[in-house]
Amino acid sequence: MSFLRVRRLSAFYGSFQALFDVSLEASEGETVAVIGANGAGKTTCLRAIAGVLPVPAAAVCLAGDPVGGRPAHELVGRGVVMVPEGRRIFPSLTVEENLLVGAYRSRPGPWTLARVYDLFPILAARRRQPGPNLSGGEQQMLAIGRGLMANPRLLLLDEISLGLAPLIVRDLYRALRTIAGEGTTTLVVDQDVSQIMELAQRVYCLRKGAVSLEGRPAELTRARLAAAYFGV
Amino acid sequence: MPWVDTVLQGLLLGGLYALFATGLSLIFGVMRIVNLAHGDLSILAAFLAVVAVETLGLGAFAALVLVVPLMAALGYGLQMLVLNRLLGRGILPPILVTFGLSIIVQNTLLEIFSADSRRLDPGGIETASVSLGGQLAVGWFPLITLAVAVAILAGLQLLIGRLSLGRAFRATSDDQETAELMGIDNRRLYGLAMALSLAIVAVAGVFLGIRTTFTFASGPDRLLFAFEAVIIGGLGSLWGTLVGGAVLGIAQTVGARVSPGWGILTGHLVFLAVLLLRPQGLFAKARRVA
Repeated sequence: MSFLRVRRLSAFYGSFQALFDVSLEASEGETVAVIGANGAGKTTCLRAIAGVLPVPAAAVCLAGDPVGGRPAHELVGRGVVMVPEGRRIFPSLTVEENLLVGAYRSRPGPWTLARVYDLFPILAARRRQPGPNLSGGEQQMLAIGRGLMANPRLLLLDEISLGLAPLIVRDLYRALRTIAGEGTTTLVVDQDVSQIMELAQRVYCLRKGAVSLEGRPAELTRARLAAAYFGV
Repeated sequence: MPWVDTVLQGLLLGGLYALFATGLSLIFGVMRIVNLAHGDLSILAAFLAVVAVETLGLGAFAALVLVVPLMAALGYGLQMLVLNRLLGRGILPPILVTFGLSIIVQNTLLEIFSADSRRLDPGGIETASVSLGGQLAVGWFPLITLAVAVAILAGLQLLIGRLSLGRAFRATSDDQETAELMGIDNRRLYGLAMALSLAIVAVAGVFLGIRTTFTFASGPDRLLFAFEAVIIGGLGSLWGTLVGGAVLGIAQTVGARVSPGWGILTGHLVFLAVLLLRPQGLFAKARRVA
C-alpha cells in the first residue's frame, strides 16, 4: 500500500484554481520527483500535502489516514516535514538554533544534531553564526538539515537547486541519497530534471496544474518528457 | 549628596517601570500586538491581591502566589479565546480590541471596588530602609523591586536565548509560516507568550500597589510609562528595557526634585528627546523578540 496517496487533489488561491485533480503516490522509502515548468503547480502540490493550504481530508492520505487540511504543525507531529522554497532560514537564529527549532516537535528517529553535522560538515563549522551569514548552498543545507531534525517519515523538498551552482547541486543530491538511504519517503520538486531523474524511482510531471506524465525514469524518453514538460 | 540620593531613588523606581515594560515588549516582539490593556491588567492584578489579602488573610507578597498564576491563566485564555481570532487581519483589530478590554477592565473594577484608592500592606517593609553611609539611605522595598526586576529579566533572557520555547518565540517572530512548518503551533505559542506577559505584569501590579496607592483608573498611566521605558531602551532589547525604565525613573525623580509638579513632565520630555535624537532607542538590537 502507498504510504502517501494524493487523490484528485484540487487547490485554489481565492478563485484561481492552481491544481486540477492531481493524483500521485509514494511507497514507503521511495523517492518521488515532481517536475514541471514555472507555475505548473509543483509548490502548490507540496504546500497542500504539508497542510499549508486548505484541502479536503480525503485528498491526502498518509499510511491510509485521511489527513488533508490538517494544520501544518500537526502534520509535523505525524512526520510530514516540508523544506520550503527559498530556504526560509530564521534570520535572528544561529545555524545551530535553526536546526534545534527543526527538532521542536521531533519524533524518535535516526536524525540528531550530530548526524546532521556529519551529513553537512560545513554547518558544524558555522554552528554559531547567524543563519543569514551563510551562502545560498549552505542555507539550503541548513534548511534540509532543519527539516531532518524533525525525523520525517515524509520529507517534502521544494525547489532544492534553485539559484545554486552545479557543484553545490551535486553535493546536495549526494546528501539526498544518504537521506533516502535512511528509509525516508521523499518528494522532491526541482526544475533541474537531469539530477532528479537519477535520484527518483518515480516521476510525475505537472503542467498547468494537472499531471501530464508519470512513470519510472528509465521508462521515460527525453521526447516524452519534453512534451509533458512544455506541452509541445 | 541630595542629588545622588535623587538619582538613586530614580534608579530604583526604574526597576518597577522595567517590570511593567517587559511584558509589553515581550508581546510586541513575539506577535506584533500592542496590548493597550496592559496597564489596566496590572491594576486588576493589584485588586486581586487586595481580595486575597482581605479574604484569605495573606500577606501582600504571599498574595503573589495566587495572583501570578491567576493572571497567567487569564492571559492564556484571553489570547486563545479572543486575540487569536484577530490574527492575520492587520494591526488595527488588536489595538481596538485591547482598547475595549482596557475600558471593560476599568469599569468592572470601578463597579466592584468603587473609586476609592487602595493600597497593599506588606507588613512594615515598605518603610524600612538600609543606610549607605553619609546621609544616603535606600528603602528595602524599592531595592527588592529592582532585584526582582533584574531576576525576571535574567530569567526571561535565559528562556528566550537558551530554551526550546524561547527559540520558538524567536522563530515565530521571524517567519510565522515557516515556524508552523517546523511543528510550532503559533496560536498556542501566542497563548503562552500572553500568559508569561501577564504573569510578569501581575508582579508589577502588586509591587505598584505596595509602593503607592492605586484606583481603578491607574492603568493608563502605567501603560504610558511602560511604553516610554520600552522606547527609550530600544525595542527588542531586554536589558535596554531595564535601562529605559531607569532613565525614565531618574528623569521623573530629578524633575520632581526641581519642582514637585515637574516629575512626570520631565519623564515625558526625556522620552521625547530620545525619540528625536535616537528614535531606535538606546540599546536597539537586530534581534527582534524582546
